[in-house]
Order: sequence, then structure tokens, then C-alpha cells
Amino acid sequence: MSQLLEAFRLAQLPDAAEAFRAEVRDFLATNLAPAAPAVRARTWMGFDAAFSRRLAQRGWVGITLPAAYGGAGLDAFRRFVLVEEMLAAGAPVAAHWIADRQSGPLINKFGTEAQKDFYLPRICRGEAFFCIGMSEPNAGSDLASVRTRATRVDGGWRLTGRKIWTTNAQRSHYMIALVRTSGAPEDRHGGLSQLIVDLSLPGIQVRPIVDLTGDAHFSEVTFDDVFLQDDALIGDEGSGWMQVNAELAFERSGPERLYSSVVLLDTWMQSLRRTGFTPADAVLLGGFTTQLATLRSLSIAVTTKLARGESPVVEAALVKDIGTEFEQAIPAAIEAAVAADPARGAEVDADLHRTIAYLSQISPTFSLRGGTREILRGMIARGLGLR
Amino acid sequence: MFTEAIEAILVDHCTPAAIRAIENGGSATALWGALAESGFLELMASEDAGGAGLDLDAVFPIFVAMGRHAVPVPAAQRIAARALLGDVAPPPGLLTLAGHAQRAADGSVSAAHVAFGAIADHVLANLDGQRVLLDAARAQRTTSGIRGSLGASLRWTADAVGAPVGDNGAQVAVFSAALHAAALAGAMERLFAMTLGYCNDRVQFGKAIGKFQSIQHQLSVMAEHVACAGVAAELAFKAGEKIPPLLAAATAKARTSASVPLVASTAHALHGAIGVTEEFDLQLYSRRLHEWRMADGSETYWNRIVGEALLGSATPSVLQFTMEEIL
Repeated sequence: MSQLLEAFRLAQLPDAAEAFRAEVRDFLATNLAPAAPAVRARTWMGFDAAFSRRLAQRGWVGITLPAAYGGAGLDAFRRFVLVEEMLAAGAPVAAHWIADRQSGPLINKFGTEAQKDFYLPRICRGEAFFCIGMSEPNAGSDLASVRTRATRVDGGWRLTGRKIWTTNAQRSHYMIALVRTSGAPEDRHGGLSQLIVDLSLPGIQVRPIVDLTGDAHFSEVTFDDVFLQDDALIGDEGSGWMQVNAELAFERSGPERLYSSVVLLDTWMQSLRRTGFTPADAVLLGGFTTQLATLRSLSIAVTTKLARGESPVVEAALVKDIGTEFEQAIPAAIEAAVAADPARGAEVDADLHRTIAYLSQISPTFSLRGGTREILRGMIARGLGLR
Repeated sequence: MFTEAIEAILVDHCTPAAIRAIENGGSATALWGALAESGFLELMASEDAGGAGLDLDAVFPIFVAMGRHAVPVPAAQRIAARALLGDVAPPPGLLTLAGHAQRAADGSVSAAHVAFGAIADHVLANLDGQRVLLDAARAQRTTSGIRGSLGASLRWTADAVGAPVGDNGAQVAVFSAALHAAALAGAMERLFAMTLGYCNDRVQFGKAIGKFQSIQHQLSVMAEHVACAGVAAELAFKAGEKIPPLLAAATAKARTSASVPLVASTAHALHGAIGVTEEFDLQLYSRRLHEWRMADGSETYWNRIVGEALLGSATPSVLQFTMEEIL
């Protein structure tokens, strides 16, 4: 068997992580206002700065960051539990999500002491929200071809270019942007760097893009000769490609790749309990349950490697690819099941229909964010020794 | 430790040639004898009864190995029977399991699609929720007629059906499903390894076919489904338990079975025509995937059991049910 598949042995969350789950549930019970399922289904697109600050006051933003910077210093297992419980409840996590998951850990790993002192406590207090500046018009998944350029000038950098599909840039304080600091797009990975951009600076324009559900969760960001101080550079000049891949590993390795449609699954289950169900409904619901149990076990196997200090990049890609398939299958199948008999629709469950509609419409993004299906399958193939 | 030792026996005695010979009506005595003499069939018997007293998580890799080697005798069933029967010693000879035997109005008993029903000496059956040991020599056997299959449907007249040896017959169905889940995981590992190896070796258009992106993506997806099957099968084999819990076994059988169509068809697609020939070994495993997907109920059957249990519970969320009842 390939080494990659050997990584997926059954593992349990440690008792301490399970004990932490009770704390998380208590917190959510008192701090999460009841909301309609179609609102809760937005969970990691749901932006609620007040909720994020309450979570930060509880000490749970910057979950894995060191206590010295105000972080919770929790291990990967407890992060798994916190994320899982918040997404299952449909908590609006978008405000602090990216800083917590990837920008904070990236700064902690590659930043200078001054950068850590400046940004990390703000992240942990829920005062600094981040967005990810990777994609560009015409570049899309091909990050090596980014054209946004930062040029060295006296005392700093001049930044010009455009980023797109940037989640919540219009509500964030900072962006960590992957830009070209030397060479040309033909150089591919060479000459790329990451810069922390204060989005309030002159010369920056943020244009929200309304999506098909009516939300505006992503945006287009234009940099017109923006001046950045020297200390905007994170990590080493020219190391952007390596750093961005480390960051993407943070983005892909968590349990969030399984739970995007779980509010719908629960809503449908409760509707079936009220209105009765066919054997086909039970088969379908049971199938999602057995698949969830399986995928969660795979995800815990990845988390176990993370907790041991390993960097399970390929394993995370594998779980993300099949996890997003699961997330996308749920609204598609429930759409079919709920409308399987038009005569049965007399009592329209508007909440259920709105939740199905939202997820059916937005689910194409599940396999885009954090790396498309094709990119991930290429990574898995590399892990299998095929490239 | 046990797994390496049993693998060594299987490498020696369960060769592709030996599998073909038994599938073609040859004697299973040599292979069965090698497994019995080694003591491996008693792994789940208590130490007092001369066994190793192993629980489920310790025998899991052995059950997977049975699938990886396409073992053409009911060795996994016999190991499980030791756990199912408790203090009752199983009779000598090839013993298999029938999880869903039915009693007719005239007292006759039938068991449909019994794994190894064509060659078994005894059947441990679930009959009306009780455990019954049946002498296969006294059964009317109807083989499936499927080439190479050792499965058969069996029917006993009323006078050939003895008294139950215990209750909890339902455990027979659950354990039989769980061991088929493990066998599926093992056979899928083997199919994946064969397919990966083939794609690295087979040259077309001037390079190994594994260098083509479309082939790489098919192998990546196949790997995902093999990984799912592996971890799902393991869910049924809980540490400290002798009998798989119902919903964990249901999950294991459902999810491994669900992987079958994609894993089998991808293996065959990437092998091309050679894959469907008798002489190439791929078919030894891919035929079994389809047979084992149906054995003891497909994913449709087991998913329904899980779905109805979930709908019948008071749990507010699928995740909570999964954590409390399956994992």
C-alpha cells in the first residue's frame, strides 16, 4: 500500500479535547443568538464582529497562538473541537476566521518579533481581521503567475496591481498579499513575496462582488501605487511561494472541509421527524451519516499528524477533496429528496427550502476555496509518487 | 505480530494459483489446514480455551489481510465464530456465517447467498434472533452459478435444524458484515497497489501512463475512496470489544461497500483490457469487491439502519449522533 494511505489509521481525540467540547458548547449556548437555518448555514461566510469579539474575550481567537501574544496556546485537537462545534452550530465565524486559521499562524511562523508583537495580540483580541490576497484576475489557481508587483523604494515598497475573490476584504483590516517583488511572471515561483497590507492606506480600493445568493462575501481589491513601510514584508523576500504553501496547508488541514452543509443536514433530519419519511429518505440520511463518520475519522487522522508537529500537506489535500465532495453532495441530494413527491409539499417548510437554496447556489465555491479540485488531485498524485 | 505471521502463511499457501484452484472446485484442505494448525483460527477464543483472547482491534489487521490476499476459505468467519460462540467450541472443518437465515412455515430453514456456502462444512446462522449451528452436509445447496464464486444458498429440512446454541443471533449478521467490511478494505488496498504499480510501469505515447494528468486524477480519487474504506472498516473493530457494535459495523459495511463501484471500475479502466482477463490477477480481487459489497447487505441496507436509528433518536444533530453512537 502507498505510504499516503497508511497515514489514515483510526485515531481518537484525546480526553482533554473531549472535555474542552463541553466548555465550547456552554459558550455557544449562551453567546450564540438563535438564528434561522439559512443564516446558520452561512457559518464560515457569516460575518459578525461582535460574536468574534465575544469569542476573543473568552480567549478563543488565536486558538493555537502562543499565550505570550494573547493566544489560547491550544493544541490541534482542541482547535478541531472548537471549529467543529462552531460550524455544527452555524456560528458566524468569518470575521476572525482567516486570522485565526492562517494569517496569525503565518505571522507567528515567519514574522519578525516586532510583527508578532504588533499583530498577534490584536488578532487575539478580535481587533484585527485579515483577508487572503492570493488570487488575481486571470491567475485564479495559478498562483505562480501573479502580476501584482511591489517595488523597493526609499523606506519601503510601492504596490500596484489587483487581487480578486478576496473573502471579506471589504470588512477586514489587513490583507496578506502574495506579490511579485522581483522578476517577471515567467519566473513562476521565483521573486514572489508576502506583504501585510493595511487596507486603510491611500490608493487602495475595495469593491465588493455580489454573489448569486445576494451576499457580498468576496471582493476585488485594487492597489494604485500604495506606499508600504519596510516592515510590511513578512518572512523573506522571494520566499513567498514556500510561505504561501505553508499557509495553504493551515487552510486545508482543519475539519472545516466537512461541515459547510451540516446545518442543512440537521434541518432536513428534523423536518423528516416532524413530517415522516420514506425508506429512501432514511437510506439517504444514513448514507450522509456514515460518510460523515468516515470523513471525520480521516480528518482526525490528519489532526493527529499536525499535533505531532508533522506537516500533513498531502493528507490534508486528500481529505479536503473528498470532504468538499461530501459538502456539495448534501444540498444536491436533499434538493432531490425534498421534491421527490410534489403532492407532499402542502406544508411548505420555508426555512428548509431557503437553506437548500442557499447551499445549492453557493456550494460550487466549496471546491474552489483553498485550492481547486484539480490542484488538490495533482498534489495527491505527487504524494502517490506519480509526478 | 500475529499479522506478519499470518501474512507469511498466506504468501506461502494462498497464492493466486491456489485461489484459482479452490475456485475451480479444488480442495481447500491444504490452505485451511495451514491456517488451523497455526492456531490462527482460535485468536478470539479465550486463553482458557486455548486461544489468544484477542479483541476486535487486534484482529482487525488480520481480517484486512484476509481481503488483501483474497483468501478463498472462511477463515475470517471461523475466527469470528469463536467470539460469537463464547464457550461453545465450534465443530471442526470449514465454518461460515449466515446472518439472515429464514424459517418457513414447514419448519425448513433457508439462508440465501451465504459466503463460502458452496464449500463450508458448517454454518453458524442467525435464525429468528437466535444462534443456530447447522450442518452444511445436510443442506440442499444451490450455488450461485457465478464463475469463481464460492457462495451458495442453503436449505435445510426441519429435521436437520437443531436447537439454538444461544441468543443474540443478530450478532452473527453484524459480525459477518464487519468482517466483509475489513475484507473489502484489504482487497481495495491490493487493487490500488496493483493499479498504481501498473500506471507507473505501462508506457504509452512514450511515457508511463501515470505521467498523464487524467490518469493521475483518477488515481487520486481512487486513493480517496480507498482511504475512506480503510478508516470506515476500522470503526467496527473497537478496542476492548469482542463483537462489533451495530451502528459502527453498519457504518463500516455501508462506507466500504459504497467505495466499491468507483474503486473497481477505476482499477479496471486504468488496466485496460488486460484487467478483465482470467490470467491477470486483478479479477481475483475485483470480483470479490462486487460479491462482498452485496454480502450481508449493501450500503443501501446498512445506511437505512443508521438513518432510521438517527431519525428515531432525540439527538438534535447528525454530528452529535455520529460522535455518540458510531465513533
